[in-house]
Amino acid sequence: MPIHEQSLIRPENLKTHDKLVLDGVDVSGHWSTFIEPRVVTDYNEALQEEIAALPGGEHIHRCWQCGSCTNSCTVNAVNPDFNPRFWIYLIRMGMESELLRDKDIIWQCVSCNKCTYACPRDVFPEGVMKATAHWLELQGHTPKSKSTLFDEEFTEQVMATGKIEEGRIIRGFFAKTGQALMQDWLVEMAKRLARRLPIKLGFLMGWATIFRPRTRGWSRAGEAIEEYVHEQQAKQRKALSLE
Amino acid sequence: MNKYRKVAYYPGCALEGTAHAYNRSTKEVGKALGLELDEVKNWNCCGAMEVKNVDPKVQTYLSSRVMSIAANEMGADVVMAPCNGCYHNLKKAEHDLAQDAGSREVVERISQKAGHATYRAGQVETIHALDWIKHGLGEEGLKRKVKNSLKGLKVANYYGCMYTRPRHIFPEKDKGPGTESTSQPHFMDDLLEAAGAENVDFPLKTACCGGAHTLSDSDISTKLVLNILRAAEAAGADVIATECPTCHSGLEMHQVRAEKVFGEKTKVKMLYFTQLLGIALGLSPRKVGVHENVSDGIALLKDKELA
Ligand code: SF4
Ligand code: SF4
Ligand code: SF4
Ligand code: SF4
Repeated sequence: MPIHEQSLIRPENLKTHDKLVLDGVDVSGHWSTFIEPRVVTDYNEALQEEIAALPGGEHIHRCWQCGSCTNSCTVNAVNPDFNPRFWIYLIRMGMESELLRDKDIIWQCVSCNKCTYACPRDVFPEGVMKATAHWLELQGHTPKSKSTLFDEEFTEQVMATGKIEEGRIIRGFFAKTGQALMQDWLVEMAKRLARRLPIKLGFLMGWATIFRPRTRGWSRAGEAIEEYVHEQQAKQRKALSLE
Repeated sequence: MNKYRKVAYYPGCALEGTAHAYNRSTKEVGKALGLELDEVKNWNCCGAMEVKNVDPKVQTYLSSRVMSIAANEMGADVVMAPCNGCYHNLKKAEHDLAQDAGSREVVERISQKAGHATYRAGQVETIHALDWIKHGLGEEGLKRKVKNSLKGLKVANYYGCMYTRPRHIFPEKDKGPGTESTSQPHFMDDLLEAAGAENVDFPLKTACCGGAHTLSDSDISTKLVLNILRAAEAAGADVIATECPTCHSGLEMHQVRAEKVFGEKTKVKMLYFTQLLGIALGLSPRKVGVHENVSDGIALLKDKELA
């Protein structure tokens, strides 16, 4: 596979005059191509440190920009704008406003860890993607992604009962994100199951979930986890100067 | 005695829910092969792929509790997890607890408050259901028990992401002959071949199905799954064999979604490798829960005269 490059020159900054004569010489067309100068003044020198203060971002400083992460990335293969190597570069350079141009797709990392497998510097780029997505949310640059809402729904259930039940998670998540549970394809899937297994239909859609799996004697563990999570969240907000 | 013949069993949440068929077929195959399972008492969820995004050390704690019960309350040496997510998380916890003082501190603190013994790295060995059969019995032993050879069944073996990545949490892999490979895993291929199946050359063994965003970014998941299904069909497979409830349900769900939302129909079937082994061992499709799968494998099995 080729190395996936990301040009630092934006297409809109490449200027070409269709008709241009300079000192009597015709330089129309590509002859006159030049790059509009761009001066970056809004560096955020704390950016790398802020990302490194969030879980997963700890090792961002190790990156030497080889590009193996982007080259192996599952999401990059679907969307070439998804470029972990480039974002790590921007973060290390403190180019916050450049990073923000891609703010709405960073959360799409599917945690496949192909990048972590390929990275020669143990940067753990998968973690850096998660840290960056959380940084965007904490700073208010993006609303909580659906992925974050799903993680939170899941974690709340684990903290509460020690176990999860898929139907309940799906219902909780759809409620949090304001989506209809009766999506065509979910219904179709349930129908296919119901042909052979009527019980499972109810289980999946949560209509018949009376029984809620739980770990016995979980409450102390759940409370200890919750206390720890709150402590960590306060620390992170402090590191990002949000207090 | 071979320590893999009797193991502590950590089924995980998915196997109590949508992947009931995987739980059932794993137990049936164990019985038929004389491999014993002793379920971890009062286990908890390992946090799947979600809790780590809220806090990775909480995930480490969740996994450590499961291993602590196996080691300290059941005296087990080996914990077997059939779910890639559970297997991966226990392995990751093992790695972090051995390497990172910060993780040890958090696990100690929560364990104490929760009132159980703190798990110490090295107390148990975590294995996958594939290791259990491969090391507990092996291909030769399996061959001797095959009553209904899978001859003529073309299988694409799909391992997903978390069985091999990231490699640093699997120190026992990539150690040469007889060990599992993280770039070209083959344990499932080996077992199904011993059961008579014809494994096709499948390039997407460790591709990602987008499981992390199966509901939060469904279009990406559907595209990734469709790649996998098409590649399996192009390789001539009748069946994709799976070894993880999340991978399995991801393929099944998005096969339906691809059809309903994108109008892309594929016909390859998904079966857990334990269902295929069960059939090879002479168990009925019902006994190994084939009727519980979304993708209906019964007709195919009949067609191949396996049921
Ligand atoms: S693979 Fe690692 S070192 Fe290379 S660019 Fe990506 S994060 Fe940096
Ligand atoms: S973990 Fe995320 S960033 Fe890394 S390869 Fe997978 S999708 Fe890309
Ligand atoms: S990874 Fe999945 S199956 Fe395993 S314990 Fe967690 S939620 Fe349950
Ligand atoms: S293949 Fe899919 S379900 Fe399986 S481990 Fe990867 S993302 Fe998860």
